[in-house]
Amino acid sequence: MGNVPSAVKHCLSYQQLLREHLWIGDSVAGALDPAQETSQSSGLPEFVKIVEVGPRDGLQNEKVIVPTDIKIEFINRLSQTGLSVIEVTSFVSSRWVPQVAAGATEISVFGAASESFSKKNINCSIEESMGKFEEVVKSARHMNIPVRGYVSCALGCPYEGSITPQKVTEVSKRLYGMGCYEISLGDTIGVGTPGSMKRMLESVMKEIPPGALAVHCHDTYGQALANILTALQMGINVVDSAVSGLGGCPYAKGASGNVATEDLIYMLNGLGLNTGVNLHKVMEAGDFICKAVNKTTNSKVAQASFNA
Amino acid sequence: MAAMMKAFPQRLVDLMFLRAVSTSSMGTLPKRVKIVEVGPRDGLQNEKNIVPTPVKIKLIDMLSETGLSVIEATSFVSPKWVPQMADHTEVLKGIQKFPGINYPVLVPNLKGFEAAYVSCVLGCPYEGKISPAKVAEVAKKLYSMGCYEISLGDTIGVGTPGTMKDMLSTVMQEVPLAALAVHCHDTYGQALANTLMALQMGVSVVDSSVAGLGGCPYAQGALGNLATEDLVYMLEGLGIHTGVNLQKLLEAGNFICQALNRKTGSKVAQATCKL
Repeated sequence: MGNVPSAVKHCLSYQQLLREHLWIGDSVAGALDPAQETSQSSGLPEFVKIVEVGPRDGLQNEKVIVPTDIKIEFINRLSQTGLSVIEVTSFVSSRWVPQVAAGATEISVFGAASESFSKKNINCSIEESMGKFEEVVKSARHMNIPVRGYVSCALGCPYEGSITPQKVTEVSKRLYGMGCYEISLGDTIGVGTPGSMKRMLESVMKEIPPGALAVHCHDTYGQALANILTALQMGINVVDSAVSGLGGCPYAKGASGNVATEDLIYMLNGLGLNTGVNLHKVMEAGDFICKAVNKTTNSKVAQASFNA
Repeated sequence: MAAMMKAFPQRLVDLMFLRAVSTSSMGTLPKRVKIVEVGPRDGLQNEKNIVPTPVKIKLIDMLSETGLSVIEATSFVSPKWVPQMADHTEVLKGIQKFPGINYPVLVPNLKGFEAAYVSCVLGCPYEGKISPAKVAEVAKKLYSMGCYEISLGDTIGVGTPGTMKDMLSTVMQEVPLAALAVHCHDTYGQALANTLMALQMGVSVVDSSVAGLGGCPYAQGALGNLATEDLVYMLEGLGIHTGVNLQKLLEAGNFICQALNRKTGSKVAQATCKL
């Protein structure tokens, strides 16, 4: 057995330990030991909305093309977990009307806080992109379809390096002003740390109410949960994540990408914050998609639980 | 709950670390953080493959060049129980001992002016939940015995920032902040967030392991220690002084992973790997 002590064999079966003694199942808000601090007194939001981006952002950045029926099964499983928002797919062409005809009830537009990234990613300057988004948002609002705005490179750009909080604020304000109901601030290459997250949010929150903001952290440098904790402490209560941490980072070969939904829920549950999401079911969906794309999960919670 | 002692060849109580006490959930972060590198001992001890003595010595020597001021070198325990540490004497003899760097060795049952480690502070594989009061009781005992530093270990990595905060609030009432360190395991990916919470509460000593060496013996296939590279990345981003050269640290991590024929547990290393 190598180095592992034999005493290990006598401890609680791991699954039993987690279910009965700790909070790996549903959120335990209300079921906590009364002596423990509640989310309210710790300055954290009571409820956190998780926006699951696995089926879109996640799969888009996976090397293996996933057959449609697998995608559908995957999304159906996620729909049973309690998640209230699941990003399902992407219509990248600027002519987006067919998406609505196909049944889309919400759309997203992707801006960037970096000129270079904007040009390389969507082939136009920030200003030009705003013009296009305005048209999209206007039409969407006519059809009562909500639009979510994303701001890439909120904490750093693969081409320009550091990005000022002022620039992020400027772009976010434009998107919010044109009618996006929520702005997701993305640490696209995962270089942010709690300090830069704090500075960026302080600036953006001067112009946009925290209730309209979300954070989309990448775990490329292992900073995602620490950055998300910082955002929560500042009053943000919407977080993007991807089941199993699907999706690599296209800018750093071999690096990880999205923060894993399982690991996020674990932290939120432990903090006593309500998410409405069942961690077990998310883990099952994650297990399903990892087997389907033949990859190991990027979720540490899944690794710890399935291998026990 | 177990407590282990560390014996230091020289006693070094560093009074230079500036510290501020947190007054809100955001807290004021310390200006300097001392990183206690546990890779060569805690890390290797929990790796399946036995590492040859020259490899251990080279790892420690490489770590000595990174700026780390404390490197846990080995453990004087029975080779029957911990075969990985059977070469403790050769390792201690073989490493270059740089001035200004501490090379603590883990020793069971030694009294005196030492550092101590308390396991299971946020949860136990046998008992489940552990009350903060119990952790405070054990920490207080060790401190009053003369230990200058108490490292609080989340042995199975089940802690989250809330339980870390609760545990520390209670322990801080009995043991001065300056004498506390945190040793977070990343089994559930919570280590860095938990460490950040500890820093916000004023803790300024953090244990970590290069390349995140060391699995969690209680959950097969699960991760163990917090990777030093990822910790340094966060601290640097926060403008907190560590004295550590991240590039040299990445080289040491790369060396040991190749020697162990395993992938690194550090995300920073994964992201910066050119292979």
